[in-house]
Amino acid sequence: MLRRIRRTLAVLFLAAVTLLFLDFTGTVHAWLGWTARIQFLPALLALNVGVILGLLLLTLLFGRVYCSVICPLGVFQDLVAWLGGVRKKKKYRFSYSPAKSILRYAVLAVFVVAIVAGIGSLVALLAPYSAYGRIVQNLFAPLWGWGNNLLAYFAERADSYAFYETDVWLRSLPTFLIAAVTLAALVVLAWRNGRTYCNTICPVGTILSFFSRYALFRPTIDAEKCRNCTLCERRCKAACIDSKHHAIDYSRCVVCMDCIDVCKHDALHYEFRFRSHGAAAPEESGTAKAAAGSGERGSGLSRRRFLLGAGALVGTALVHAQEKKVDGGLAVIENKKVPKRQTPIVPPGAVGLRHLARHCTACQLCVAACPNGVLRPSTDPLRLMQPESSYERGYCRPECTKCSEVCPAGAILRITPAEKSAIQVGHAVWIRKNCVVLTDGVSCGNCARHCPTGAIQMVPSDPADPKSPQIPTVNTARCIGCGACENLCPARPFSAIYVEGHEEHSEI
Amino acid sequence: MKNKRDRKTISRRNFLKVAGAAGAAMAGLTSCGKRNAASSATTSEPAAGEGAMTLRTSPSTGDRVSLLGFGMMRLPSVGGRSAREGNDAIDQEMVNALVDYALAHGVNYFDTSPAYCQGLSERATGIALSRHPRDSYFIATKLSNFAPSTWSREASMAMYRNSFRELQVDHIDYLLLHGIGMGGMEAFETRYIRNGMLDFLLEERRAGRIRNLGFSYHGDVRVFDHLLAHHDRYKWDFVQIQLNYLDWKYAKQINSRNTDAEYLYGELSSRGIPAIIMEPLLGGRLSNVPQNVAAQLKQREPEESVASWAFRFAGSFPGVLTVLSGMTRMEHLQDNLRTFSPLKPLTDEEFAFLQQTATMMMQFDTIPCNDCKYCMPCPYGLDIPAILLHYNKCLNEGNVTVSVRDENYRRARRAYLVGYDRSVPKLRQANHCIGCNQCSPHCPQGIDIPKEMQRIDRYVEQLKQETL
Repeated sequence: MLRRIRRTLAVLFLAAVTLLFLDFTGTVHAWLGWTARIQFLPALLALNVGVILGLLLLTLLFGRVYCSVICPLGVFQDLVAWLGGVRKKKKYRFSYSPAKSILRYAVLAVFVVAIVAGIGSLVALLAPYSAYGRIVQNLFAPLWGWGNNLLAYFAERADSYAFYETDVWLRSLPTFLIAAVTLAALVVLAWRNGRTYCNTICPVGTILSFFSRYALFRPTIDAEKCRNCTLCERRCKAACIDSKHHAIDYSRCVVCMDCIDVCKHDALHYEFRFRSHGAAAPEESGTAKAAAGSGERGSGLSRRRFLLGAGALVGTALVHAQEKKVDGGLAVIENKKVPKRQTPIVPPGAVGLRHLARHCTACQLCVAACPNGVLRPSTDPLRLMQPESSYERGYCRPECTKCSEVCPAGAILRITPAEKSAIQVGHAVWIRKNCVVLTDGVSCGNCARHCPTGAIQMVPSDPADPKSPQIPTVNTARCIGCGACENLCPARPFSAIYVEGHEEHSEI
Repeated sequence: MKNKRDRKTISRRNFLKVAGAAGAAMAGLTSCGKRNAASSATTSEPAAGEGAMTLRTSPSTGDRVSLLGFGMMRLPSVGGRSAREGNDAIDQEMVNALVDYALAHGVNYFDTSPAYCQGLSERATGIALSRHPRDSYFIATKLSNFAPSTWSREASMAMYRNSFRELQVDHIDYLLLHGIGMGGMEAFETRYIRNGMLDFLLEERRAGRIRNLGFSYHGDVRVFDHLLAHHDRYKWDFVQIQLNYLDWKYAKQINSRNTDAEYLYGELSSRGIPAIIMEPLLGGRLSNVPQNVAAQLKQREPEESVASWAFRFAGSFPGVLTVLSGMTRMEHLQDNLRTFSPLKPLTDEEFAFLQQTATMMMQFDTIPCNDCKYCMPCPYGLDIPAILLHYNKCLNEGNVTVSVRDENYRRARRAYLVGYDRSVPKLRQANHCIGCNQCSPHCPQGIDIPKEMQRIDRYVEQLKQETL
């Protein structure tokens, strides 16, 4: 019974979190966004004390239910392990192994140091929620997108607007490869040995293990009734039941209840521990808070800046107005290339590069949610997989605050479209040699026409001649760095106007 | 001659006989190509009983021309979709099939230009028609005038000679000065007079390499009036004008640069010059009409297509030699053949009814784009006609809203935005228009394209930002 409840809840949670990462319509989040917010690491980085205390309390009461039900990566591994069992036609295929404590604590130590030092890429590499988000966004979302596009194809033919096409594109090759490697490693581990990752590497598992040792409810082996048949031991995917000594390592037990159903001699029960010293709770959660607090303070790391010299932009406007001789046809459009930005752009709500780096779990939820093709995982080694903006495929549209709505870790704080219209994330820079007004001799002004704050004004290129072709000028005080100008600039592959990011966002 | 032709096309003929359409085919084929000196006026006369294509007679050469003419501007492209979309190559196999079918059902007038279909229409037309005897069809092409670089005498001659090569013919039945009036008197003088091209073409007509000389007209009416005023000198064999029930009285109201068809036709008919009709359907705008208009038309003729009304309107004028239709698909051709075999002329009452319909349609704010693609390619990659057509489509379907409080706002918004991304790739949408205005001078309908692009872009922004 308990097992069935666990399995049902786990599947629901897994489906919900997965759907969050797959959804590109921005509708699912309103209903299921909380399933991301109650994940341990995002809540920790968001300093969401309520959720952290709740999760610790849950663990103190019932053991590592979090790992079995809430954590999508844990449930995903259970799924893989289960499939492995079905495939091998072996129900009882695990065995007890002693805890690899040194490895666990070493990884945890690295993890804590990484958080404190603000090395987001390392945190994202180890954390379970980040790993799962990365896998779904990079490997499953494309399939979902293509499936949707197939439906959209048929909908279009049926003259229905029920489905619309979505862009499927590779946002960052390094992140994609990391996701693929993560998935492969996890599948191999889970297929063969169940919860190896959770009990040797996962830092969240290790943190929770401190509390699950003292859980009020836990599976126990009744030594009187036990006949040493070892069924439970061989069924335990956490490899934590030492049936010979009738002992269970509660630091590793994820309370999956598989063993309870398996015991034929009624020797295994999930029950209240009578001889408990249950007062551990406040003390322990205090420690957690302290850890989070030091994470907040401790980032003395100044952002490494890649100052790459002034003449960064190498580009020519390749589109030249061709003379029209025949009718029809479409001009070839060259793809835009990413300009070299001295300072990366991060979305409004991220407060600044430091704030984002400190809080981001690199779970890719914002990247998955961005409907404008702006956000993609960074390739900078220090911010690897954390989101950054670029405007080749679209720009940060005024009505959209999707990333700030979905972020569970408080890395991109919740903002309203009205607030967004006044948040300066960068400023536009005009590149004279790319501007079609001068290269093609046409009138343009598309940047000025689409600037939502009116920061771009067209002025005569020759101050002495008011009738000379008009070129754009940027009033940086009014520019918010949304990238409409950069995205809609006709110059290709490099725009004649592009956005430089700001370290810290400001209000205009 | 006839035997030879029969041998060549016997299998197709047999097929058609089986299909029960041979009667029409025979009538069509035997009646064309002969010089019939007897006719003095362009009168309507069904060739051979029920089901035969209506023919008209050219007063100057006696050509017996089918009232339905085939416009080669909207040829199909490979992939089954219309050549309007993308850069796909022309589907020559389908062009051949369409031409074969049209010829077999009495259509004998084919109108092309060096500029159509990215300059490939003439070749495709030549390939399809050269498979048939030369005297079974009339070919019309143009001295086009799009790029000033083709306006020199040498370039013009090259264009003219090239048409013969592409069409694989030694004479051209109908040659037109293309789109006079676009660019006003100045452009006309430069293009056709100062370089001596018009004199050259008159000479070619005397030599028999051009059998009928005429012009097509869009835009500045002064050029039209000027050419007709000198009819004595030029002896125009025909003139091509835009005529349909919307442009009959409203062309000028739709765009002050244009002229009502009523005036144009009146001028021609008073001089006895046969009119060839282009845009009888306004590029499909008179077949895809607002719902209530469609209901009215259907109520009167439930079994006839909406388009058939527009064709009957154009064909009912006795001074019309042929009505051109750019038929991309076999269904278009078949529907039109039904309308024209034979043509059922409009009654006075029906004529008045169509005038009311036009008045009704004027209340819709559709953009008068006929998808002729003269504006394309846009140097900055926009798909101008697709943007305008999507706007018109949504307007016709009631999916252009004016306020969030509209009852169907949510549905209309979704239909507009989702349909927009479907009809036009994101990079070719209106927000990429920089206003260079290369397009507008080429638009025969005189649409201020950058202005419309920016208007549509503003509307889309309002939809996206929900600020309506």
